[in-house]
Amino acid sequence: MKNRQRRTRRASVIPGFGLTMGVVVAMLSLLILIPLASILAYSFRMSPGEFWELVTRPNVLQAFATSIGCAFAAAVVNCVFGLILAWILVRYDFFGKRLIDAMIELPFALPTAVAGITLSRMYSDQGAMGKFLARLGIEASYTKVGIVIALIFVGIPFVVRAIQPVLEKLPKEYEEAGMMLGASPFYVFRRVLLPELMPPLLTGFGLALARGIGEYGSVIYISGNSEREGTQVVSYVIMQKLNSGSVDYEGAAAIALVLLLISFFLLLLINVNQIAAGRRAK
Amino acid sequence: MYVEMKGINKNFGSYEAAKDISFRVDQGHLAALLGPSGSGKTTILRMIAGLEQQDSGDVIVDGNVVNHIPAKERGIGFVFQNYALFRHMTVFENIAFGLRVQKKGKKEIRDRVMELVELVGLEGMHKRYPHQLSGGQRQRVAFARALAPKPQLLLLDEPFAAIDAKVRKELRVWLKEMIAQVGITSLFVTHDQEEAVAVADEIMIINEGRLEQMGKPVEIYKKPKTSFVAQFIGTSAVLDDFDGFKGFEEVPKGRKAIVRPEFVEAFKNDNEKVRSLIPAAEKGVITDISFRGSTLELTLEVNGISLTTNRSLERRHVEIGEEMCVLIYRAYILEEDDTTVYKNQMLKGVDVEAL
Amino acid sequence: MREEMRDRGRQDGLSPKQGEGGGEMAFGNGDGQKSGQKGIVPILLIAVGVLFFLVMLVLPLVEVIYRSLKDGLESYMNAVTAENTIAALKVTLIAAVIALAVNTFFGLCASWLLTKFEFPGKHVLSVLIDIPFSISPVIAGLAYIMTFGRMGWATPIVEQINEWLGTDISLVFSIPGVVLATIFVTFPFVSRELIPVMQAQGSKEEEAAVMLGARGLTIFRKVTFPHIKWALLYGIILCAARAFGEFGAVYAVSKARGKTFTLPLEIDALYMAGSADSITQAFAVSSLLVALAIIILILKQIVEYCGKDNR
Repeated sequence: MKNRQRRTRRASVIPGFGLTMGVVVAMLSLLILIPLASILAYSFRMSPGEFWELVTRPNVLQAFATSIGCAFAAAVVNCVFGLILAWILVRYDFFGKRLIDAMIELPFALPTAVAGITLSRMYSDQGAMGKFLARLGIEASYTKVGIVIALIFVGIPFVVRAIQPVLEKLPKEYEEAGMMLGASPFYVFRRVLLPELMPPLLTGFGLALARGIGEYGSVIYISGNSEREGTQVVSYVIMQKLNSGSVDYEGAAAIALVLLLISFFLLLLINVNQIAAGRRAK
Repeated sequence: MYVEMKGINKNFGSYEAAKDISFRVDQGHLAALLGPSGSGKTTILRMIAGLEQQDSGDVIVDGNVVNHIPAKERGIGFVFQNYALFRHMTVFENIAFGLRVQKKGKKEIRDRVMELVELVGLEGMHKRYPHQLSGGQRQRVAFARALAPKPQLLLLDEPFAAIDAKVRKELRVWLKEMIAQVGITSLFVTHDQEEAVAVADEIMIINEGRLEQMGKPVEIYKKPKTSFVAQFIGTSAVLDDFDGFKGFEEVPKGRKAIVRPEFVEAFKNDNEKVRSLIPAAEKGVITDISFRGSTLELTLEVNGISLTTNRSLERRHVEIGEEMCVLIYRAYILEEDDTTVYKNQMLKGVDVEAL
Repeated sequence: MREEMRDRGRQDGLSPKQGEGGGEMAFGNGDGQKSGQKGIVPILLIAVGVLFFLVMLVLPLVEVIYRSLKDGLESYMNAVTAENTIAALKVTLIAAVIALAVNTFFGLCASWLLTKFEFPGKHVLSVLIDIPFSISPVIAGLAYIMTFGRMGWATPIVEQINEWLGTDISLVFSIPGVVLATIFVTFPFVSRELIPVMQAQGSKEEEAAVMLGARGLTIFRKVTFPHIKWALLYGIILCAARAFGEFGAVYAVSKARGKTFTLPLEIDALYMAGSADSITQAFAVSSLLVALAIIILILKQIVEYCGKDNR
């Protein structure tokens, strides 16, 4: 290993290795890694028994179930609509296409708190969408349905932006080859295109899921945060433990650590998926 | 089964991809659509396949007008330029695709696929994925996949473009033999004249959406009908003012002409064997000599015009500045849209071929 | 059109993937390319897509504007120019500007390191840099509290430094804390945009510059920068969008309204106050951030467009 490093280092004539390496490692450690490690250190002050007791309290488990379940549901919905949006943006010409393309990233640009209060009002029983859903017998605000709606909002760009470039680069000959062999458009989609779009779809799904599980700002207003209704998300439970009056750093650190591990696991899966896809697309 | 196009027109916006194209390829023939980049040849192929809809005119397959039959129902095999093999499927699954669409039985599919795998010489590779194959092997898979549903007509878009120059020649021979063996009517697109000449029974030369000439390779080479064909086929430079050459007195003044290297013979002034030809020859001076692997290429200045000719290495040594006798057998004289072949009148009655 | 593009691709020895690539398609000018836009399926798909877009993305914007102006223009102006709002705007801008500067500097260093050199652990490093992108912002806030808060292990160190310097800087529940939290959540934004572009660019030109005797900064300024300027700007814009809008991370380390609150926190405070008036005020302040978001999206489009020509 050492040997290789020396060799490759000498091979590059471009200056700045030491400087940039120093800056990157220092900033990454000070700003990101050491603070995150503090959470780990804080958790280790507890005995495993205490830790286990903290993270398996009913309200905590319920919060994890809500966060993961709602994020999963939202990511699934986003896969369907994200695929449709990416498809029509790449394949068809229609009025307003450029506008939609530009606006897809609105959820990235719009502060989550603004999205949160707006969705909360829109889907409350007084709001425009809320009234409509109420007529269908669906209560949105202050229920899990509301959480899913908020997470659909924040997650949609991930899916669209993951699929779009792959779909653009997919040669048209691919479908034509299927067609020339006598397959119907739907058969071609299912057997030829979908397998090709699976890796980016999974990436988008993973990113939307990761974002959804940790989401705070856009969710807390529409969710109602009721322990009884099971509408507290994990981020909310952590934040509550930081609020003056009921400060509980141990509990916050323990839950945060579990949340971190879930995020890392998802990050790992996304990376593995992308590497595998890259290998096959050669 | 034969294929015919009748009065086909096709525009993409202001770009005319096909202008009144009509031709017919007979049962069992292998024809090439040859033309430069952007000439519309691929569009013609795609219209036959049904991947593109013509603005007017008829595509006729075996006497039936197929204009409104969608691509998937035309029963035509198509090999794409980059093969468009399905990356997530093995060789077996790729070839089986068209059979699965037809809901054939498992055993039938397996038998047919294995038969094709053997036919194209990929035994033992049917479990591989496209990215594990070489360019030539991919082409074989694409060919087998197109043939699997037993089409009556095979279309190939630049079948050799994605292959290394080295393997290309080998594959040409392979494809020609394979098509002859299967006996399928085939049409392929290429921009490489050497390829067209080597593979096809018939060549159609396409330029700017027009069919310039159709015929057997030798025919096209010997009797180019239009100035475009004369320039496109073979190596040749256009001479701006072909005038005052011995034996070409009939050529009208101020015409452009093409004189190919093989139309020109240069020999030393003291060459005894060709004494009888000297009255028909011009005097020229060698201005350049370059070595072309198996022959020498001489550039000679004759009557103020540069002509090139090839000279065997076995013949006597020549030098730059040396005066030579230059004999021109024939010339293509270009008119507006036509080409006329003029022969050297002074050589009438001389047995040129005996030289 | 089509044939020309194919032939070009062929001559360059490119696969159709590259030859026919996204660029042209994104402008939607190929007549022959969008074949199959007939029949019921495309119309249905477009209808579903557009409906989803309208309900999920457009309606919320309309809602914000409508709610912010519900009590008339005067109360809108009052809300927007309230003392707390102005203070929050200042904090937001300070945090955003510092975060932009820090992350731009980091992004340039990181992308240089990860694209110009080969070294063991490179892949791990690039994954570590992306961490803030996929973890809950609340965890970011929590991490700083655990480090620099009352109980944090680094607090004695900070106090010691303060003593030496005679200052009284606190890293949580203060403006520095807000800045740190903002830096954390926007950390990878610039490098994420730069790395793919610099990777595609390769190192040939820089190596040539070295051979011609150019030194570090000159190489960067004259050779690298012209290629990456649009990607850099794009990263900065994305970074700005997130910095202006960050809520969870900042919320954890900022408790003093009117002093360390950013605009999103101010919106939260107004909204949570619960009265009809304050909710309208919350939407009025929100409309500022909506305007900002739209400006950012427009800038993004412009930068994307310029970058396309440039590459």
